[in-house]
Amino acid sequence: MRIILHIWRQRNAGDPGRMVRYELPNVNQEMSFLEMLDVLNEDLIGRNEDPVAFDHDCREGICGTCGCMVNGMAHGPLPGTTLCQLHMRHFKDGDELYLEPWRAKAFPVIKDLMVDRGAFDRIIAAGGYISAATGSAPDGNAIPVPKEDAENSMDAAACIGCGACVAMCPNASAALFTGAKIAHLGLLPQGQPERARRAMAMVAQAKEEIFGSCSNIGECEAVCPKEIKLEVIARMNRDFIQASLTGRM
Amino acid sequence: MELNSKSPTGPIETRWERHCFNGKLVSPANKRKHTIIMVGTGLAGGAAAASLAELGYNVKCFCFQDSPRRAHSIAAQGGINAAKNYHNDGDSVYRLFYDTVKGGDFRARESNVYRLAQISLNIIDQCVSQGVPFAREYSGYLDNRSFGGAQVSRTFYARGQTGQQLLLGAYQALERQIGNGAVTMLPRTEMLDLIVIDGKARGIVTRNLVTGKVESHLADAVVLGTGGYGNVYYLSTNAKGSNATAIWRAHKRGALFANPCFTQIHPTCIPVSGEYQSKLTLMSESLRNDGRVWVPLKKGDKRPPSQIPENERDYYLERKYPSFGNLVPRDVASRNAKQVCDEGRGVGETGLAVFLDFRDSIERLGQPVIKERYGNLFDMYERITGEDPYKEAMRIFPAMHYTMGGLWVDYNLMSTIPGLYVIGEANFSDHGANRLGASALMQGLGDGYFVLPNTIGDYLASTKFEKVDGSHPAALDAERQVAETTRRLLETKGTRSVDSYHRELGKILWEYCGMARNATGLKVALAKIPELREQYWRDVKVLGTGEELNQSLEKAGRVADFFELAELLCLDALERNESCGGHFREEYQTPEGEAARDDEHYSYAAAWEFQGVGKRPVLHKEPLAFEYVHPSQRSYK
Repeated sequence: MRIILHIWRQRNAGDPGRMVRYELPNVNQEMSFLEMLDVLNEDLIGRNEDPVAFDHDCREGICGTCGCMVNGMAHGPLPGTTLCQLHMRHFKDGDELYLEPWRAKAFPVIKDLMVDRGAFDRIIAAGGYISAATGSAPDGNAIPVPKEDAENSMDAAACIGCGACVAMCPNASAALFTGAKIAHLGLLPQGQPERARRAMAMVAQAKEEIFGSCSNIGECEAVCPKEIKLEVIARMNRDFIQASLTGRM
Repeated sequence: MELNSKSPTGPIETRWERHCFNGKLVSPANKRKHTIIMVGTGLAGGAAAASLAELGYNVKCFCFQDSPRRAHSIAAQGGINAAKNYHNDGDSVYRLFYDTVKGGDFRARESNVYRLAQISLNIIDQCVSQGVPFAREYSGYLDNRSFGGAQVSRTFYARGQTGQQLLLGAYQALERQIGNGAVTMLPRTEMLDLIVIDGKARGIVTRNLVTGKVESHLADAVVLGTGGYGNVYYLSTNAKGSNATAIWRAHKRGALFANPCFTQIHPTCIPVSGEYQSKLTLMSESLRNDGRVWVPLKKGDKRPPSQIPENERDYYLERKYPSFGNLVPRDVASRNAKQVCDEGRGVGETGLAVFLDFRDSIERLGQPVIKERYGNLFDMYERITGEDPYKEAMRIFPAMHYTMGGLWVDYNLMSTIPGLYVIGEANFSDHGANRLGASALMQGLGDGYFVLPNTIGDYLASTKFEKVDGSHPAALDAERQVAETTRRLLETKGTRSVDSYHRELGKILWEYCGMARNATGLKVALAKIPELREQYWRDVKVLGTGEELNQSLEKAGRVADFFELAELLCLDALERNESCGGHFREEYQTPEGEAARDDEHYSYAAAWEFQGVGKRPVLHKEPLAFEYVHPSQRSYK
């Protein structure tokens, strides 16, 4: 099938960037979306044109490296699916697709569809952990965790840190990302001692990174490839407010 | 060169403890005077960087990805083994040790494997404390499942995302140290050479992948946790960025490379669909617990599987291996799939696939039970192939998955270059010729959290370090060489892309050094690879410059290394005139067609010393002694 792509081309952080039109006459519907971009790039190299830079790694939907906006939707039209797991059979002959990088002040563009998501790492470094130094752990079964808590914690821990939530949010808020980590750790008994400090520190860091505030629009939940629920934001707000008022949980 | 494994002697149960006690310690006040370079942030690298920083060392940590959380350990699905015996089913440290030595087809070092089995207990404890959300029973205690042919239930898991959760645990511990200022993290930075001064590893040369800046980093020790080399085959289950450049360039600086021909092919992956295929996706082998593997009896039968009647199906694993059936180990399952496809009975458009059929299990257990067990895998299959596996049998085919070989290391995990340590999949140490399921995560974390932090101190405490900086001739020379390689790649201005060469190399390897190998084919590969390598250097086309983000240039350097590594892989396979584990030489099989080992001549680790590109490397042998688990023929009939 024939696909027309309009791709954001930007040589580096200083370049203003622009959309460039490409036409792919023979797209196989069994291809993944990124394989289609591979084919485009081989074609561009053949014509001595700079290939499109895009981030990707595992191509199994788990590393969180890939992602761009496809016709205004983070990771494209299929729910619960990262860009690398999206296949061309979900498009039809003659479709025109607009590809843009994540747009957020906290995610500056590096080149073309690649952005710098270092802000996410700094939010984790601020408090997204349990301070259990190697060697200090008791036996694994010394800390029973109710099955339901473990399951809910795992739901939040499934976040892959791709940044789709930020890209889709009109406020470019990192609330879903931050909330997911706060919920993952806060739901476990091991996470209790640092729970108040964690919420305070992570929320403060997200603000520092110039992510916007959450206004409960819910676009993040709608595009999250791992289907993280908005509840994690409620949990983050609750922990943050209680910690701000009382300094403890 | 005498290979000294530094493996302790005496009772195996106390070797590790005695070894740690005999090593020198670095006093707490002196630790901060030592800088350690960590390359790679997967389970091994992330765990090591965090643990070394917790001890008080200065750590400088590098990864080529945009964040340490992306390392490919994240994609491991199934689980992690530990000999906890929580299920009272007869497990023990000794049994895990025994299973691993046997599963590795008697080509691993007993001392290392025993230590790994011991440490497995601590790993689970550590991960639980970090908040890894392992699966739980209603009691709140940890759940286990059986895995990879083991007869006990010792695999801990977090849904189908165990690797992700363990990696995030290590990553969070690492981020804590970054936040504390104990670790300097340099993401999107690739190691391109090792700096060796006075015979010791003293630093690395890196390229900043965003700006293109090449620079030297000096330290007292260098640790590589950069993963395996499966991507030498182009198509594999590895991430696209996974590469062998760090270990290969260390090899060229003097670190011996051990058992490169020990590669693992995973039997249950989604088959190739076309020439544009960029990678292969693994489906957890737990599917073989309830799925039945078969092909049509007739050649070229193109009917949909549901329309092929029972008496025209060949359940070849059940037929040939009545006691293990569909649950034979990975190497056996993979080879048999290849065999039926070679006979012309493969299915799907390419004829390179076999059926994995859940029809009978769905009939027996009902669709909801199958959905509960494998729902996420079925969804993944449907997403990639567009077919509904509840209605039609899945099509699967083996794919390159893991490499047991790697840089040779002693019991301390130090390579043949003093001060250069190698951990996780990047080394060759614990899995012999075949790795068991759920053991890669165990080894990566074991090396990173517990082994390296306890062995590196002895080297640091007993070595005198001259003060060196980036102006040292060795550093300048390494930088010059890196610049020279970049210049050559950019100035070749040939006709074909890097990927097209990589794909062609992969095809040669898969054809002649894949699931089954023979001397004739390996000699063909050894003639073709250097030819293609030379063509690559004459004809590769890399656009752009070295002073900017340039993904083609990054790949070009990695593929150049893969060419050299591929040659060594085939040479090692040719030299090892026996079949063992993942290395199956067609000339050496039992009358029943199973792998025939030759313990009399090949009970050693083959460690190769680099002599120059295109020059024959020198083989050094580390003999293997089996004092506890006596070599026997593996049988799954």
